[in-house]
Amino acid sequence: MSDDLVVFENVQKFFDDFVAVKAMNFTIGKGEFVAIMGPSGCGKTTTLRMLAGLEAPTSGEIRLDGQVMNDVKPHERDTPMVWQSLALFPFLTARENVEFGLKMRGVGKADRKERALEWLEKLGIAEFANRNVATLSGGQKQRVALARSLVMKPQILLLDEPLSALDAHLVIRMQAVLTQLQRELGITFVYVTHSQSEAFAMADRVVIMSKGEIAQIGTPKDIYRAPATRFVAEFVGRNNILSGKVNALEGARAQIVTPSGVFAVEAELSMGQEASFVISADLVHFSLEQPNAENAVLCTLISEEFVGSMVTMFLESGDGQEFKVQMQERELSKFDLKGGDQVWLSWDAQSAHVLEGQ
Amino acid sequence: MKGSRYLDGGLRVYTALIFAFIFAPILFSVVFSFNSQRFPTIPLGEFSTEWYAKILNDPDIWEAALNSLIVSTCTALIATFLGFCTAYSDYRYRFRFKGPYLALILLPPTIPLIIMALAMLAWLSKIGMSGQLYSIIIAHSVLTAPFAMAVIRLRLNQMDENLEAAAWNLGGSEWATMRHVIVPFCKPAIISALCLTAAVSFDEFAVSWFVSGLNKTLPVAILEIVQGNIDPQVNAIGTFVFLISMSLIIVAQVFLVGRKIKSSD
Repeated sequence: MSDDLVVFENVQKFFDDFVAVKAMNFTIGKGEFVAIMGPSGCGKTTTLRMLAGLEAPTSGEIRLDGQVMNDVKPHERDTPMVWQSLALFPFLTARENVEFGLKMRGVGKADRKERALEWLEKLGIAEFANRNVATLSGGQKQRVALARSLVMKPQILLLDEPLSALDAHLVIRMQAVLTQLQRELGITFVYVTHSQSEAFAMADRVVIMSKGEIAQIGTPKDIYRAPATRFVAEFVGRNNILSGKVNALEGARAQIVTPSGVFAVEAELSMGQEASFVISADLVHFSLEQPNAENAVLCTLISEEFVGSMVTMFLESGDGQEFKVQMQERELSKFDLKGGDQVWLSWDAQSAHVLEGQ
Repeated sequence: MKGSRYLDGGLRVYTALIFAFIFAPILFSVVFSFNSQRFPTIPLGEFSTEWYAKILNDPDIWEAALNSLIVSTCTALIATFLGFCTAYSDYRYRFRFKGPYLALILLPPTIPLIIMALAMLAWLSKIGMSGQLYSIIIAHSVLTAPFAMAVIRLRLNQMDENLEAAAWNLGGSEWATMRHVIVPFCKPAIISALCLTAAVSFDEFAVSWFVSGLNKTLPVAILEIVQGNIDPQVNAIGTFVFLISMSLIIVAQVFLVGRKIKSSD
């Protein structure tokens, strides 16, 4: 328990009649990199703002390092934040921006200058120390914003979609910077984003939110391979979701009848139960002849999508169910396929993951 | 291409005419202020600084100028302070009756000056505060605060909505944030508002004339001279007043427009 830095206990937040966050319970450990992810309006930013004290919970308790934070004013907290808009002070230089927090805390002039320069140095922007922030590039501003928060030596850093305004190649660079900083400093990062690639690339644990509630908490791998609900499976994307009724049991295995066919899964289910299961797109095999596999379905190729060397193929089975298959481009090019071609998909029963909810 | 060149030229001429229309009378006043003849007629007499010398040696004019300076400075400070507070409360807070509140605040410039002047006189004399220099300051502050409010409110609109929260987040109390973030951010608009309100107050005649009693400001002094006789002194004072007002307005414009261009990149 003592390793928990942040505890949310039954936290709710209403804006008039609108429920932004409902009955939220979760903890964040010391030195953990947690990403809070979800579609817009899911309550992720509200959660972060409550942690910074910019919104007060309607009910419930938020504790930081054992202390109840509900009534602590924002400026009395040590929870610096990196904003989506960066919110740098436009009338100050880069160094003065970094010094701002120290100045507010009453740190002496010489001391704060030294510490600010140290951080600007560390983030590789010392040469711009005396430039007005308005004249800096997006990436440089981003670093100033980071330095401005980290110079406070906080236990926890809050990040609200900090990379959403950057170009794609800069995002990758900044991800590396953030991950390295977090490891090096050993402080807790709480990172709000709607981008799966950012969350999965950096976070130790990911919290998926939907309509003010936590849909799932887990490592990126857990969430990707074993989504808890249909919402998570769909949100994470690149998943094939099938639903049907259990019609046969065989030890720890069950057979599920779906409109696309009868498929085997490994899960504790009961006869006649309605169940949904997912198969990650990269675990689906692909062949031209009917394979000798227990789970196979004939599909029509609809379209392909390239991302680097990976291809995602979109297919449709006879009953109109959509399937996605992900594979290396060089694998696929051997087949020489075009839209409308018929192909067989198959997967192992172990690859199918049964969803808890519907 | 050719057509647009004609249009372009036409617009230039049109703009030049408008400027001529606005500035010709003032220009004439300036020209005649250096004219040795008593009556403003053409052909002009000789170049002369006689009228300037005359006003420089007139203690009444000096007193009026000093009054105007005191009034416009105090008015600028008070009106800008009030304008800033109103602009900030509008920016920051949502409250009941905010609509009527804002409408009332922005009302004074829409009231005809003469009505305003009479109302001010009636009210101030009722509470025993008329006929003093501070009476003009009070009246002018009411009159000019909406201008300050409008200028500063525009600037606040350009502020990143998270800037204030970012300052709290870094340990700044609300007052510290006001001092180190809001005021510095609004500084160009504040300077602009100071100049604008000072200029309006410096030029204002009707209200000053009604509530000033024996404390004449420059516009009031000018009227009194004109009432007595035709005297080119007026042109000299006019030139002086014009220069001061124009400088204030230009400074206000530089801060208002200059910064906008900078912050938009």
